[in-house]
Amino acid sequence: MIDFETVAVDRVSRHFGRRRALSRVTFTARTGAILGLLGPNGAGKSTMLALLATLAHPSEGRIRYGVNEVSALGAAVRARIGVLGHDLFLYPELTAFENLAFFAGLYAIADAPGAARAALTQAGLADRADDPVSSLSRGMRQRVALERALIQGPRLVLLDEPFTGLDDRSTAALTARLAGLRQSGAIVIVATHDLDVADGLLDEALFLRDGRLVETMARPAGLRSIYRDVMSRPAATPASPVGRA
Amino acid sequence: MSFLRILWLILRKDLTVEIRSGEIALTALLFAVSCVLVFAFAFVRQGVPPDGAAAAVLWIAVLFAGTLALGRTFDRERQSETLRALLLAPAARPAVYAGKLAGIVALMLGIELLLVPLTAFLFQDPLFAHPVWLAAILLTGTLGFASVGTLFAAMLVRARSRDMLLPVLLYPISVPVIIASVQGTDALLQPEINVAVLRFWVTLLTCFDVVFVTLALWTFEALMTES
Amino acid sequence: MTRDHDDISLPGWFLPAAAICGLMFAASPVLIAYTPYEAEMGLVQKIFYYHLPAAWMFLLGGIVCGVASARYLRSRSARHDRVAWAAAELIVLFGAITLVTGPLWARKTWGVWWTWDVRLTSSLVSWLIAVAYLLVRRYGGPGSDRLGAGLALFGMANVPFIYISVNFWRTIHPLTTVVPTLPTSFGIPLWFCTFTFLLLFVLLLRLRVRLEAQRARLDTLYLSLDE
Repeated sequence: MIDFETVAVDRVSRHFGRRRALSRVTFTARTGAILGLLGPNGAGKSTMLALLATLAHPSEGRIRYGVNEVSALGAAVRARIGVLGHDLFLYPELTAFENLAFFAGLYAIADAPGAARAALTQAGLADRADDPVSSLSRGMRQRVALERALIQGPRLVLLDEPFTGLDDRSTAALTARLAGLRQSGAIVIVATHDLDVADGLLDEALFLRDGRLVETMARPAGLRSIYRDVMSRPAATPASPVGRA
Repeated sequence: MSFLRILWLILRKDLTVEIRSGEIALTALLFAVSCVLVFAFAFVRQGVPPDGAAAAVLWIAVLFAGTLALGRTFDRERQSETLRALLLAPAARPAVYAGKLAGIVALMLGIELLLVPLTAFLFQDPLFAHPVWLAAILLTGTLGFASVGTLFAAMLVRARSRDMLLPVLLYPISVPVIIASVQGTDALLQPEINVAVLRFWVTLLTCFDVVFVTLALWTFEALMTES
Repeated sequence: MTRDHDDISLPGWFLPAAAICGLMFAASPVLIAYTPYEAEMGLVQKIFYYHLPAAWMFLLGGIVCGVASARYLRSRSARHDRVAWAAAELIVLFGAITLVTGPLWARKTWGVWWTWDVRLTSSLVSWLIAVAYLLVRRYGGPGSDRLGAGLALFGMANVPFIYISVNFWRTIHPLTTVVPTLPTSFGIPLWFCTFTFLLLFVLLLRLRVRLEAQRARLDTLYLSLDE
């Protein structure tokens, strides 16, 4: 089973025709840390997460899990990555239990039903195990989706706007869960708009604008004003095209 | 073997979802029945259906209903982005394809189970005279159509104009399947069946299935990965 | 990078070759006019000297597109994708010429426009697949390069199946008229025209690939402005 202590993003760019989604982004994420990807819509946060999840390849640059790139690791690296997407990745017609058991089976977990039950208990949803997901509230669905993302015990956890539409109680529960993940040594990367929640949660904040990484900050406090500050800086002047390949 | 395990997991999941909601099965079935009726109104003159109409009508209805079912099945996977979730799992991608293919084939066979008696009834053709041959044609023909259809529908999930593009891509490629299935079924309806002809069509369909399922398994990974 | 650069600039042989091709096309009607009349079919048979080379270029385009698509899926090099797309356009072009000249000849010789001749019918189906390819590239949105590659591969694999199924279908349904086939006569005018068409094929392919390479280069330059 592969494992890795760091995820290194090295001058990664991604473009579609003339549209530049990401431009030479470089950072390293380490175990036991929560990284935040912050930025306005269209800044490239979701694209970055998709690249980290191995759903797409960078147009330029490399992503390394430990010392290896995806091409060297193959499908096995996907077993170590857990993704909570914007759209939750749950089948609405299936029950919470069935969803978890299905994905546990896909990830080749030995006792899929047992793992599913344990996950539901962890999320505090054991009593709603046999209800179809479509009948659950947004907060509950989010919790099931989070358990689905974590059921295989991933090393790298990617979350795309996880706090959207959650009430205070669910938000607190999610924050606690993320802190627990950090404790257990996972690498957590969260893309979010929710600066108030992110405040105090993040070990490192990465500010993205127009696909560029404009600022990184360790242990940020008072995120809202920092964000406003960073985003209101004038756009960087284009560097002279030296040595363009 | 993990390939079969994944295939079974996905097939079982698809069947469970379909049984719970019933949406695709019921609407595709009703559509197919309407199709057959429309053809009956179009072709039957003074209560007499033209020769060989039954085979043609059956397979056209299967084709149209199958196309709709394919589109809708993958539309559903797109709704909660669950296709992405399937691709994110370490499960071998060809196994994911095989699982979805099995589900589509099961769905289409279910529709055919009701469509065949209906067509035989309306067009007064002895479709059940040789059930083994009929089953062979239905199975190989459906698999041929579904093998290409599942691949294209999966690839079209995120494309624009996917509803129009699926038939545009699928029908020309399916021409050999259509010819073989209709002609094979038609050969069954003759008073004296010509076994050599039947054998030819079934063999052709089987070869088509083998070639195209293999090709799809080989290329599914490359086709689904964004470059 | 150097290969892309090669694609953008026209090679040295291009202009001379284009000139030669133009002259050959101008000369071909004269050459054809002076060949002896075919005993049975007379003047009409001469359309054949364009019809057959066009059909061969149609086939060549299919092979080039299929192979380039397979290589594109393996290597993800944009160059293969450009060649595949250009070849698909040439399939549509030469296929159209074939499908127009064939019926013109059939009409004059047998009085019917379309005789379900096995080669013409198979060509029509394959031509439709190529048209579908172009539609996908135009309307498919992101990911249409992979979709097209998959279609081209499946289309190429399908060619024998299409031919065999159409052929058998035709023979078991003999038409009332004697089913004609298009003859293959050999001679200098045929080879002359074949070479002319081949030259045209290569020139058009190169030109089209260059167009796409220029577009890609423009995109790269545009992107690098931001840096």
